[in-house]
Amino acid sequence: MKLALFADIHSNLEAITACLAHAQALGADRYAFLGDLVGYGADPLAVLDIIEQYAADGAVVVLGNHDAAAVGRPADPLNASAQAAIAWTQAQLGDRQRAFLTALPLTVRDGNTLFVHASAAAPERSIYVTGPAEAERSIRAGNAVYIFCGHVHEPKLYYLGADGRPMPFRPVSGTPIPIGKHRQWLAIVGSAGQPRDRINKACYAIADLERSRLTFFRVPYDHDSAAQKIRAAGLPERLARRLERGA
Amino acid sequence: MNPPGPGTEIDGFCLGEMIHVGSMASIFRLSGPHGPLPLIMKIPRLGPGERAVNVISFEVCRMVMGALAQGPHHPTLVAFGDIETTPYLVMEHVDGVRLNDWVERAPIAPQEIARLGAALALALHDLHRQDVVHLDLKPTNVLYRPNGDAVLIDFGLAHHSHYPDLLAEELRFPVGNWVYMSPEQALGVRCDPRSDIYALGGILYELVTGRVPFGKPSTIAELRRRLYRDPIPPRALVANTPEWLQEVILHCLEVDARDRYASAAEVAFDLANPAQVALTERGSRHRRAGAWTLFHHWVQTRKFEPAPCPPPSTAIGPAPIVLVAIGPALPDAALFEALRDAARRLVAADDQCRIACVTAVPPAAALRGERDEDTATGRHIQHLLKLRRWATPLQLPEERLTYHVLESENPAAALIDYARMNDVDQILIGPPRRSTPARLFPGVSAQVVAEAPCSVTVVRPRPES
Repeated sequence: MKLALFADIHSNLEAITACLAHAQALGADRYAFLGDLVGYGADPLAVLDIIEQYAADGAVVVLGNHDAAAVGRPADPLNASAQAAIAWTQAQLGDRQRAFLTALPLTVRDGNTLFVHASAAAPERSIYVTGPAEAERSIRAGNAVYIFCGHVHEPKLYYLGADGRPMPFRPVSGTPIPIGKHRQWLAIVGSAGQPRDRINKACYAIADLERSRLTFFRVPYDHDSAAQKIRAAGLPERLARRLERGA
Repeated sequence: MNPPGPGTEIDGFCLGEMIHVGSMASIFRLSGPHGPLPLIMKIPRLGPGERAVNVISFEVCRMVMGALAQGPHHPTLVAFGDIETTPYLVMEHVDGVRLNDWVERAPIAPQEIARLGAALALALHDLHRQDVVHLDLKPTNVLYRPNGDAVLIDFGLAHHSHYPDLLAEELRFPVGNWVYMSPEQALGVRCDPRSDIYALGGILYELVTGRVPFGKPSTIAELRRRLYRDPIPPRALVANTPEWLQEVILHCLEVDARDRYASAAEVAFDLANPAQVALTERGSRHRRAGAWTLFHHWVQTRKFEPAPCPPPSTAIGPAPIVLVAIGPALPDAALFEALRDAARRLVAADDQCRIACVTAVPPAAALRGERDEDTATGRHIQHLLKLRRWATPLQLPEERLTYHVLESENPAAALIDYARMNDVDQILIGPPRRSTPARLFPGVSAQVVAEAPCSVTVVRPRPES
């Protein structure tokens, strides 16, 4: 069983299409979308169409702070360009999309695995897991062997050491990391739709929980088209440049 | 379950003769139907009374060996068992002579040492090129195949930069063989390939002189003595040691990794081409440093900072991060402007530089209020807004700015922790407040200055004249 994990897609159709094709080629047979499906990008409807289809087939989907803002329930103040994109997104969404987003849970638990957008310590507050202290709080509150999350746009893996302190690790694309069940793990899969680590390739990960392996991937995609659509939609220029630069 | 022994069958592999039993694992030859390679099975010693590091080291061994490309310089990993049920590794049985056999006959001839050393250096280089550092190099972990190739075994303490370093948590007590351990490894650095070059120098020293360069330390203090005490030059112990060989050995044994050979391939080259070795004072040294130099080294050791690890082959240098610490108290306009000025200069000097605006506040759970801004979420937002207000006049693109509200009873520790874990390059912080009696309560700023893992600039607004 290969579980493909996507976070922070942010209405980037080109990125999610490339990631899904990559995951299918590798034999993914389960899917989880870890929030922030919309916001920033220019294709909210097409992206939601795809994810609704996967959800109907049993995929896990959790709510992100941009999704909450898009249905009028902001959790945190957003910066100016994010706010502009949300206002634009709200105008695009129809009743069906609004109902889909509104019904999304903040967390989904499946056996020893927890899916959440931000920190499991307070899913509704969208806390950034930017260091071991936040990771530790999330791991303690999550009470799961595996926590898969997003929100922070750079891929990172935290593992609980013998002394109970999470150690951060920056994964290398394509290297399967053994994630034994005898430890606790928190994986930030990285952003599919708006990577910010100066690499303009989409992030996602595949977990093979039977074989206890997690592989992070960087997938090249047509970021020029995605950026052009953002410009054409009249969204802030910096959102387009971000995709081109990956930062 | 009974301890495994000859005749036991595990996952279809039939154990033969036990060929090694160590503190961490037992090793059996495998009997029965053979494939293209003679095989052995390594079974870690787990269970009551055994050390936790055995489990971790098993995980590390499996991870690193599984990642190495098949090659002549390490045994090929064939199969492994599940760590939770039947942990074992099945790998190629390397039929070779242990380096230990030569060490026991030391001192041996320089030409022989050069041959063994060059082969070992090439094996190390092969490992280092795959972003692996062995970190437990010793004569019992090196074998020589009949064709002269060196083979490294036992990757239980190795570091692979593509995988989480599971042993990092064991840092309080440096893991590995203390006899050959590099100074930086003794201080907890586990990612520098030049640590293996240091251990190689120690092994060459032993082959030349018949003794180890720094004795056999049994306490951390004895282990750390190599940070300031230089070894007796090999020529002082074995007079006919060629200068080139002493030069190579002492070059490998430099305290600061930056002063050593930059790669094992260079060591191999020098050992293979003695006439080409550039001789310096190291080669002709005939005694250890005198008391005055020793004292000087000892003083310097107190502020010794290990060299940063060279970036792995796949690393893409992240942009430098500057942390600006914004106090949670009432805004101080003059200080805020001074902090912005300092930040502007850093940002102007380096267009990759990112600014992390950080404030540290007591945990929100302690608050219960009626008004919206007294709730945990409300207060979090207030702090974020304050950070944004501080940063807005910088007019930086948003991808170069991040905002963080750290919740902690100890704000200084939270800032230091943040800086450490996010590889912050520099911290900008205001001065300790004047009203606080500095000697009794040094304050957040003073603690950050004292303990931060990076440069800290204390920014003080100019007094109005």
